[in-house]
Amino acid sequence: MMTHPFRLVLCLLSVLTGILLNAQQATPMQTIQSGTFTPLYGSTEEGYVKVASFQLDRFAVTNAQYLDFLNQNPSYQRSQIKGLFATKSYLSHWKGNLDYGDLHPQAPVTNISWFAAKKYCECQGKRLPTLDEWEYVAMADAQQMDAREKTAYNQYILAWYETPKTYLNPVGSTPKNYWGVYDMHGLIWEWVFDYNSIFLSGESRKDKGNDENLFCGSASINASDLMDYAAFMRYGFRGSLRANFTTKNLGFRCAKDL
Amino acid sequence: MIMNTQSQNLKGTLAALVLVLSALSLGSCSQKESKNIVKNADWAERIVAHGEHEAELTAPPFVPKPVGKRAATKLNVNLEILEQEGEMVDGVQYMYWTFGGTVPGSFIRTRVGDEVEFTLKNHPDNKLPHNIDLHAVTGPGGGAASSLVAPGHEVTFSFKTLHPGLYVYHCATAPVGMHIANGMYGLILVEPEGGLAPVDREYYIMQGDFYTKGNYGEKGLQPFDMNKAVKEQPDYVVFNGHVNGLVNDNAITAKVGETIRLFVGNGGPNLVSSFHVIGEIFDRVHVEGGDLINENVQTTLIPAGGAAIVEFKVNTPGTFVLVDHAIFRAFNKGALGMLKVEGDENEKVFAGKIKEGIYLPEGGTIQTMPKETGKKAPIENKTLAQQIADGKNIFTRTCFACHQAEGQGIEGIFPPLANSDYLNADVSRAIKTVINGLEGEITVNKIKYNSIMTSQNLSDQEIADVLTYVYNSWGNSKTVVTPQMVQKNR
Repeated sequence: MMTHPFRLVLCLLSVLTGILLNAQQATPMQTIQSGTFTPLYGSTEEGYVKVASFQLDRFAVTNAQYLDFLNQNPSYQRSQIKGLFATKSYLSHWKGNLDYGDLHPQAPVTNISWFAAKKYCECQGKRLPTLDEWEYVAMADAQQMDAREKTAYNQYILAWYETPKTYLNPVGSTPKNYWGVYDMHGLIWEWVFDYNSIFLSGESRKDKGNDENLFCGSASINASDLMDYAAFMRYGFRGSLRANFTTKNLGFRCAKDL
Repeated sequence: MIMNTQSQNLKGTLAALVLVLSALSLGSCSQKESKNIVKNADWAERIVAHGEHEAELTAPPFVPKPVGKRAATKLNVNLEILEQEGEMVDGVQYMYWTFGGTVPGSFIRTRVGDEVEFTLKNHPDNKLPHNIDLHAVTGPGGGAASSLVAPGHEVTFSFKTLHPGLYVYHCATAPVGMHIANGMYGLILVEPEGGLAPVDREYYIMQGDFYTKGNYGEKGLQPFDMNKAVKEQPDYVVFNGHVNGLVNDNAITAKVGETIRLFVGNGGPNLVSSFHVIGEIFDRVHVEGGDLINENVQTTLIPAGGAAIVEFKVNTPGTFVLVDHAIFRAFNKGALGMLKVEGDENEKVFAGKIKEGIYLPEGGTIQTMPKETGKKAPIENKTLAQQIADGKNIFTRTCFACHQAEGQGIEGIFPPLANSDYLNADVSRAIKTVINGLEGEITVNKIKYNSIMTSQNLSDQEIADVLTYVYNSWGNSKTVVTPQMVQKNR
């Protein structure tokens, strides 16, 4: 219990050292204005969720940035991390503890567990975005705050599902959206703070009906709506995760209260 | 207490006696009646599994060794999910999602009463979560509810096979249709007690419909088209994952006199298959992969998400073409396969053409056509325009089905006549091809073809006309072929 504030200080210290050494520029943040939206799942009583104004990283965390974090926090290095916090696949595509090998330094760091992502953000004085915050920002395309009804927007996401190894691309390789945020779609999956707040059984055709307050985008009768297909995959993906899991296509970015 | 025990014993003895009696009576019953008892799932649930086996998994068109008389066992199945690019037809790439690296996925062979411990591995390079719904499973989601697995992870679940039959498996992660449309399906066979009757050869064939942004044959990496999928308008309908999945070098083979068993599945996602083998009649069909046997069948219907076991003997040599008899799919969308049968001609069964004659509707007897005597009435010299017009007619009724209206052929199966280097290079060869037919590998416009053109029963003038039409169409060399040229090549 006593160690907790102490750790926070250590964290802050290491951030300060990082800044002093100028090893890694902090990711610029974009301000996201408050608003409401209808989510694919949940909050069916009001029919919408409210999102308060907050800040979100313009880019996902990169390999270079994460390397810097590992230098400051050895206990999160591949060989040091506690099994409780990450499975063996944690950073397994890196060459060594502090060596991301041939990966692009500006490519998003992936094979990161939820625990590690959460820790990283805390060390930046930030936090992981909530599911609602992330989905709120992700429903924008370059022109519109809510592009979910647009065919082109959905087809872009669907096409990304079928494009392999996009995690090797540097951050900022997809167009920035309405909020000035890059790569919400087309680069990697991203951790959110409450990734498991909507529970899907994994048997997607069953996840519908009023008893569970869920509906299934793919199996409902009026499933010609592309929006359901594109968005549903994210919920399905999150449903397959646990906090110590890592995958090559899953990274993260940080958020902050205003 | 004693009385109770005794009466229970008595009951037990009686029950055993009834069992023995019914078993005895089974011996004299027809097989169909005995199956009614064997089919009972409660009975299958009580089958004790002995020992442990690693399941043999095979890529299509091959199937694992028959289970035969082995006892029920604990069967370990290890199946890996791979998202990988493949070729739909020459020059057309597609991002397939697969069970085991192939479409359809690896064939799984079990017997009734097996306890299957199923491990599903999602390769770390994959992008998406997946799961598996096996229609052979009695349980929530056919296993889908227990098998959602993130990339870079594996999950294990188990089930007992209660019903013999041939079953489809597929991915059931949302969007389910997209996962199936990208190739995530395969077959699992549950053999009955004692196994299926032995045959000489067994093969694994599965139909699927594919939906791409570009139309049939449009080059490059083609993304999945959700709109076409929802409208059920596939660009490709194929056997074993791509247009050439079961033709030429990928054709299945047999020898005259052998018995063949085809495990035929239909992954869909949308279309039902009217499965047919041109030039064969199925001796036996396990309708929908179940116990119902139909005999002497021309075409068997295979539902989307269903299967059939088809058995027949091959009596004569030749290439037998497998099709979905919704026939435009076969010749225009790829649903075409080949069974190549080698061996001696069997003239009792099929003697080929034995005679040809002239038919005079006015009456009279059938006369023999005068042959190569040169005594034919000389045909007046046609103009080029007349030759082309007549040639077009002949083309439409004789050549069109394979070589297509614009001479474009069918990718990978029938070579193009339009702009064809092979055609333009050698007129004599072209004439001989029409007269004698052609079999074996040829290269046309840098693409290899290996199919069969049958010899065409046309007169010298007709051959001259049709070839002149072809040579004067679609960017070809404008060569004029005369009946004399044809005659020289007879």
